[in-house]
Amino acid sequence: MKQFQYVQPATRQAVLEAINKPGTKIIAGGTNLVDLMKRGVTAPDKLVDINHLPLKNITVTPLGLYIGALALNSVVSENKQVIEKQPLLAMALKSGASPQLRNMATVGGNMMQRTRCGYFYDTAMPCNKRVPGSGCGAYEGVNRMHAIFGASSQCIAVHPSDMCVALAALDAVVIIAGKKGEHRVPFTEFHRLPGDHPEADNNLAPGELITGVEIPDNNLAKNSYYLKVRDRQSYAFALISVAAALDIKNGIIQNARLAMGGVAHKPWRLFDAEKALVGKKASEENFQQIAQLAMQGAKAYGYNSFKLKLAPASITEALKHAAGLV
Amino acid sequence: MEKAINMNRPSSSDGMSRIDGRLKVTGAAKYSAEYAVEGLTYGVLAGSTIAKGTITALDTKAAERAPGVLAVVTYLNAPKVPGFQPDQKGIRAQLKVFNDNKIFYNGQPIALVIADTYERALYGASLVKATYNKEEHQTSLTDNFGKGFPPRGDGLYKRGTEDAWKSAPIKLEQEYIVPTNTHNPMELHAIIARWDADDKITVWDKTQGVKATQHDISQLFKLPLENVQVNSRFVGGAFGSALRTWPHEIVAILGAKAVKKPVKLVLSRADMFTSVGYRPHTWQKVGIGATADGKLTGITHQAYGQTSPYENFTEGAVNVSQSMYACPNVNTKYNLVALNVGTPTWMRGPGEATGSFALESALDELSYALNIDPIEIRIRNYAETDPENGKPFSSKHLKEAYQLGADSIGWSNRKQQPASVKKDGWFVGYGIGCGMFGAYRSGAVIKATLKADGTLHLQSAVSDIGPGTGTAMVLIAAEQLGIPADKISFENGASDLPQAPTQGGSATTASVGSAVYKACADLKTEFQKLTGNNTNDKPDYAQILKQHNLPSVEVTSKSDGGEGRDKYSMNSWSVHFVKVLVNALTGVVKIDKVTSVADCGTIISPKTARSQIVGGAIGGIGMALMEEAIIDHRYGRYINNNYADYHVPVNADIPQIDALFVNKPDPILNPMGSKGMAEIALVGMAAAVANAVYNATGKRVRELPITPDKVIG
Repeated sequence: MKQFQYVQPATRQAVLEAINKPGTKIIAGGTNLVDLMKRGVTAPDKLVDINHLPLKNITVTPLGLYIGALALNSVVSENKQVIEKQPLLAMALKSGASPQLRNMATVGGNMMQRTRCGYFYDTAMPCNKRVPGSGCGAYEGVNRMHAIFGASSQCIAVHPSDMCVALAALDAVVIIAGKKGEHRVPFTEFHRLPGDHPEADNNLAPGELITGVEIPDNNLAKNSYYLKVRDRQSYAFALISVAAALDIKNGIIQNARLAMGGVAHKPWRLFDAEKALVGKKASEENFQQIAQLAMQGAKAYGYNSFKLKLAPASITEALKHAAGLV
Repeated sequence: MEKAINMNRPSSSDGMSRIDGRLKVTGAAKYSAEYAVEGLTYGVLAGSTIAKGTITALDTKAAERAPGVLAVVTYLNAPKVPGFQPDQKGIRAQLKVFNDNKIFYNGQPIALVIADTYERALYGASLVKATYNKEEHQTSLTDNFGKGFPPRGDGLYKRGTEDAWKSAPIKLEQEYIVPTNTHNPMELHAIIARWDADDKITVWDKTQGVKATQHDISQLFKLPLENVQVNSRFVGGAFGSALRTWPHEIVAILGAKAVKKPVKLVLSRADMFTSVGYRPHTWQKVGIGATADGKLTGITHQAYGQTSPYENFTEGAVNVSQSMYACPNVNTKYNLVALNVGTPTWMRGPGEATGSFALESALDELSYALNIDPIEIRIRNYAETDPENGKPFSSKHLKEAYQLGADSIGWSNRKQQPASVKKDGWFVGYGIGCGMFGAYRSGAVIKATLKADGTLHLQSAVSDIGPGTGTAMVLIAAEQLGIPADKISFENGASDLPQAPTQGGSATTASVGSAVYKACADLKTEFQKLTGNNTNDKPDYAQILKQHNLPSVEVTSKSDGGEGRDKYSMNSWSVHFVKVLVNALTGVVKIDKVTSVADCGTIISPKTARSQIVGGAIGGIGMALMEEAIIDHRYGRYINNNYADYHVPVNADIPQIDALFVNKPDPILNPMGSKGMAEIALVGMAAAVANAVYNATGKRVRELPITPDKVIG
């Protein structure tokens, strides 16, 4: 790989100064970045290691639960408060990657991971995300893993994270530090759709640092389920994943949260379907109907046509589990 | 007192552990890339980015100037390989790497960058820029049937009436597709090449046959055989990928010549898809017919398999239909299609694994058409003698295997009507698939040294790619000589050790084991000569040596390929039973239980035998449910060439696996009564899974792998 500089600043201020230059990348767990560097997909001049920053905490806040950006995926998934308050997040994390990777991967890094599109990973292939203007290899190519929502002719890649699907469903907020101090962004607005700029995965500005996420309390813990449909039982990216969380009283849904993974350039929150669930009886028939509603605007590109059928089936299955019908 | 082992059903703790197990799990076992050879340099390959054409310009200047880079070897400057034949064609016409500017497949090595560290070589390789004159390539098998050709003769086989299935009362014809599967052993292919003199070389190389590699290098570089030393002490899995000499081995040797230093070349995971063979994408069509009571009247089995533009790789994909069942009329056709891909090679259960998916699926389909239990239809068409040549089988106990397996899996719980059992949102189904593979044996030599301290040392060139060859050899000697196994050592995997065949085709135990057996007999004879006593079969050897003041007795014993092949058809047999759960909504298939029963003669080493069967079943689950190397035909380039996207089973995919053995000796093949087991552990498994999925859901998947999209599609 290309030679690069490596620095390990001790303070947040020093990190913010160090990353405020082009060609710089932050490294935390490195589970995705190092891979991309070895494959020549990215070749930073300088790596800024942020592992010394005190951002590993998981704490209860007046709003709900705060999780530091450097908290490890494995630690978060086994944290008592997380399991009690936000079991959906724990389930999503445990379905991601492998135990070894989860032991290295951080919450902030998970949000920043790049797509696993094969055309993005192979420097001999066209990819607008890797080399803007070079074309989209997947659009007319082998796109079995690709998007059915919100894609553009420039890019049909999907975001690979499971954790992010749960955080999008749970109304999490991303806390971001920059030169002008901290600001907060709704999780559903952190990642972006490809449009004409697929090279940008998210709205994090240059020179900014994710410091943590906060998840507001809810009444969804009892009826939560994360379903990941994949080609093998572990260490495989989602064909479709569904984060489903319900608040059910006397068999009637009071409140619902629903998001999908493996279908879009960002975690795909299903706001309309959530609204439609409220006031309904928790039954398979109702879930099937709402799953169809969630498919409005879906578009397939050939190899991924099956997702038009698998996605609603997966929503139904996830809701059944969340509602305790299986 | 030792616990008696039930050899039909050894548990995972039964029997002796691998003799090299501790070395492997502690990291003390050294694999080819791990030798700290003095002055070592590092090579990284740059590959072509087109699938067919010629290189018109090769810019290596930036790479040559990069820090640490010692040389960039290409077709423009590579030392010549004197053994390349200009007009090589057909079988074993290897890729003449760095010989000219021709590109045959995407990813073909175009440069070897050698540097003082691996990272610097990797960076250097990224700087090599090629310009091509691109030609139209073909990588799609199914688009190119028109270019099919028989590898030998007319590629046809016939007994009885051609296409007799067509006039059967009950009949069907279906297409079955096995995609490209890659071996992808955990250990990447690796070689360290060091020229010791202008005409003398040592390599540490991942190979399943050090003698074959030695021979190939000697031929290609015109070196005296004894001047080529090949070491391959440990092999971290291969499944066939190291059965032959590949271009990267030649490249490393050329590189070492160019820089006059030892060169280490470890393939990348992506290279593993293009450079060391694979199970070829094969399309098959089976027509099968039977009488109303389920007696087969005709099978027609045809196949198109892919090969490379420069070499004809063939395997017996259709042969299984010739011998598996008693059927009077069988005709088969096998064609190759040359595509812009690297050459395939044998992968566990080569040919038979592909062919049995088609045959065993078709037979299953027929059993439902006839409404006959799938075991029953196999019994009604049981071949007592080899229907292909009329010879008796040296041994065949498949009916017993059916019974053992059916009891273990709980076959009586199976419902004949598909999609009739559903529990908690999951369909439940059972399937069966059978396997066969020729039982082979070839010549081998063992040097055995019995020392005065009571220890025995066995030496053979044979590779041990993981089945536990050394362990089995020690157990054979322990039994024959009455020496405790912990006093016996086995040294292997170097070309200066006694002759042994390449480890492949499930033939190692039969071949090398027979030589061990012979060496033990020869040792006994030596001791009888010393003592003049030929009554004590297992004397105290150490004491005798001390009495005669001898440090050791040594024999070098040769075993040949055995006799009886003219009179007998020799095969190993297997039957796999699978219970699956299939999610009614998402189509996800979970394997709930597997029972594999092997008829592979006497079991010599119960623990490693069990591992072999379990490993083969897991390989078969991978083939059935997830393995597929995918090419984007627009570029002729693999798009899932890594361990994250090319799926093999992980622990979460693997259920309880019962490994059962008939454990009856084969009286013909070798004196131990054993037969091979590596291939049959996998052959038939993919069909068993597909058949179980059908029984569970009523959905017949005829194109592997059986992913959720195909189940709900």
